[in-house]
Amino acid sequence: MSLGQRVATDHQLARLLQIGVVLEEVVESRAAHHLESLPEAEREAIDPDVEALLDEAADESAEHRDRLAALVDDLEAETVPYEEINALVDARYGPPEGTDGVLYDQLCNEETAYKFYDDLIGAIESSDAEYAIDREEVLETLRAIREEEREGVEDVTEIMERRA
Amino acid sequence: MNTADQYLKAVYLAQRMEDGPAATGTLADMLEVSPASVNEMVGKLEDRGLLEHEKYKGATLTDEGIERAHDALTTYCIIERFLTNVLEVEEFRDEARALEAVIDDTVAERLDTIIDRPAECPECFDPEADCCSYLEPSLD
Repeated sequence: MSLGQRVATDHQLARLLQIGVVLEEVVESRAAHHLESLPEAEREAIDPDVEALLDEAADESAEHRDRLAALVDDLEAETVPYEEINALVDARYGPPEGTDGVLYDQLCNEETAYKFYDDLIGAIESSDAEYAIDREEVLETLRAIREEEREGVEDVTEIMERRA
Repeated sequence: MNTADQYLKAVYLAQRMEDGPAATGTLADMLEVSPASVNEMVGKLEDRGLLEHEKYKGATLTDEGIERAHDALTTYCIIERFLTNVLEVEEFRDEARALEAVIDDTVAERLDTIIDRPAECPECFDPEADCCSYLEPSLD
């Protein structure tokens, strides 16, 4: 057991970035599943803001995934292909109840991602380890992604408040 | 998972292994810290009502402590299962131990949406083997 948050080795860093990639893949896949899961009547009458939000969430996750994957690649590790994660999401997917349920799940996605990047940034900052890739580049990438996740939380919250 | 939760999980597992209070020495070995560090944290957790400590015997979780330890162990089980089943990590025990401090329970909950866990989790966790007793690594 390892007490305290520190990323001590390239291997650990690569592993955590791989987990970040999977989280983004889960978000992307769930966002796509949510739209498909809504009953036809609800899908046709869906709030255009919600539809746009889910589309943007999926695009943003794909973009985050690419940026993380580039770092993982530089560490000479591999990432799990999207298709594999999509199949796992598909196998266990239970649709949330209606549009509000979809929004709540999306809020959890954004908050979880924010928390993950925040913890990861803290763990890298607490370590004085030398990595095979530039520490500042990693931190810069993670901070930018964290900021976009924070904005994502705000976007979902705004729509939820408007619908309440 | 924060340090307090890691301690509570260790106390829970030590109690199961020793079938009684968790001794300071056992906790120090499990957490790879000094007995003095264990005593300090055990005192803090006792102040928060999460465990009771009896001198020369050890620590026993309260009901609230057991609940927290269960949640922490569930998070740990998710990490192990995710590492072995999704990332196909051979040394999943070592890696889970190294990563647990960085993986929050909310993150584990998301990872849990793509893995299968037995309904009795975390009761099926084997403290001696340091993994779920049903966990079969899916390695190529």
